[in-house]
Amino acid sequence: MQQINVKKLSVSYYGKQVISNVSFSFESGKLIGIIGPNGAGKSTMMKAMLGLIPRDSGEVMIEDQPLQTIQKKIAYVPQRSNIDWDFPIIVKDTVLLGTFPKLGLFRRPKKHDRNWAMECLKKVGMEKYAKNQIGELSGGQQQRVFLARALAQKAEYFFLDEPFVGIDVASEEVIIRILKDLRNEGKTVFVVHHDLSKVKSYFDDLVLINKEIISSGPVEYVFKPKLMQKAYNYSLNMMESVGGEV
Amino acid sequence: MEFIQDMMNYEFLQKALITSIVVGIICGVIGSFIVLRGMALMGDAVSHAVLPGVAISYMLGINYFYGAVLTGILSAIGIGIISQNSRVKNDSSIGIVFSAAFAFGIILITLAQSATDLTQILFGNVLSVRSSDMWLTIIVGVVVLLSVLLFYKEFLVSSFDETMAAAYGLKVRMIHYAIMVLLTLVTVASLQTVGVILVISMLITPAATAYLLTNRMSVMIFMAAFFGALSAIIGLYFSFTYNLPSGPVIALATTAMFLVAFLFSPKQGVLLRTLRINKRKDIFTDPV
Ligand SMILES: Nc1ncnc2c1ncn2[C@@H]1O[C@H](COP(=O)(O)OP(=O)(O)O)[C@@H](O)[C@H]1O
Ligand SMILES: [Mg+2]
Repeated sequence: MQQINVKKLSVSYYGKQVISNVSFSFESGKLIGIIGPNGAGKSTMMKAMLGLIPRDSGEVMIEDQPLQTIQKKIAYVPQRSNIDWDFPIIVKDTVLLGTFPKLGLFRRPKKHDRNWAMECLKKVGMEKYAKNQIGELSGGQQQRVFLARALAQKAEYFFLDEPFVGIDVASEEVIIRILKDLRNEGKTVFVVHHDLSKVKSYFDDLVLINKEIISSGPVEYVFKPKLMQKAYNYSLNMMESVGGEV
Repeated sequence: MEFIQDMMNYEFLQKALITSIVVGIICGVIGSFIVLRGMALMGDAVSHAVLPGVAISYMLGINYFYGAVLTGILSAIGIGIISQNSRVKNDSSIGIVFSAAFAFGIILITLAQSATDLTQILFGNVLSVRSSDMWLTIIVGVVVLLSVLLFYKEFLVSSFDETMAAAYGLKVRMIHYAIMVLLTLVTVASLQTVGVILVISMLITPAATAYLLTNRMSVMIFMAAFFGALSAIIGLYFSFTYNLPSGPVIALATTAMFLVAFLFSPKQGVLLRTLRINKRKDIFTDPV
């Protein structure tokens, strides 16, 4: 069954369309990569799917419902550049933010919420840093903390924007292992990604986008030189990495 | 300590003291959110935009509070509309709206021919606080503190990561406007104490000082409230003893605290950091 349906999604900034007529559908319980060159509209598409920016047209249905009605089942990890790293917040309190959606208005996080946040922090191997201010961490550690926060949300659908950019190898391994675990538990994970070398080992399905959908479906079907060339406009070094693996 | 003696004896001084302490506390609390959300300029804008409201209230013979809150909120909405519906960036639309409102206010006040009131509104005169002003300030104080207490979670998450908050369904636009309304209330309540021009020092500087000293938002808010109240008391003291306008004294008191934190804060202090770097240099150069 196709539980995630995106239909004819278009988005403009100040009258200039940056993604047009994006449609695709996937089963839930998959690890799905959103790939395409810089400026292709990957982040824009993710934000539009989540209702964070206005759309020109299109709809996003998850489990046959418009996305807005199941917002509490969604965890989103924005691109790291949007965060103020000097903010006075320590690591364990950052993860605790993940318990807020289910608490709703007026209810304070209780002891068991704090314990749960610590558990999530342990899953990403960051419990030693619980009391550090978030700006004191390396890029990879910060990304792990934000993944822990997403885990704390107990979501069904995870959306991560460029989680592997500028992070160390160890952190990347921790993160991809956890994402695969989530997928194995039946959760659906969307990941914006632009490094082509690991696409085949990371993802089940792909959305290949460059302003429009170039292709979408299982990795074996999408990750082919011809389609990749079309998306990346014949950029040569990109092709070597694809050619080497396909 | 003649000042304390006088405090016991004069009722106007007691009112001034209570009012300034409340103002210091709420400025510190709301100021913390203004600093963390990068809205310092917005604070400046709202404080200037209350001026036409004050003038209109004066002309109509009603309490300045109502007019000031109205024009303050209108300008916050105006700024939001301009920056969301055009390419004009937020800081530019703030500049447009607040200079216009301030100019309009000056003209209205000139027309109403109340030059003495103008200097009081611009620079504050904490010693002229009436009972009604004090009660208004206390009510605003209760409203502000209750709102922050009730919505602490929402204020925290939307200040830190607005995108994540919006993604889980939090009405971040509404929170933004709620904070603007609280900011306007606080600004208006501070008019008597610090005046339009220098409210910003009371909002920003104690919060920025606290920001240098802690890694937790809750602690920052308490510290900012403390620094705000302390500087308000200092302002009252100098205003009473040396017959100085309270606003500028308060502004300088907040600045003095900031400088101390800026130089000596254990984590961010410029002085300690320089010393530490020099020490490290010594280690490197020693063997040579
Ligand atoms: N807030 C914005 N305002 C105007 N243009 C934007 C904005 N965000 C992105 N764009 C433009 O939209 C296009 C797609 O951007 P984005 O979705 O960030 O691409 P990607 O994530 O694939 O690198 C780019 O040309 C970018 O310059
Ligand atoms: Mg992007």
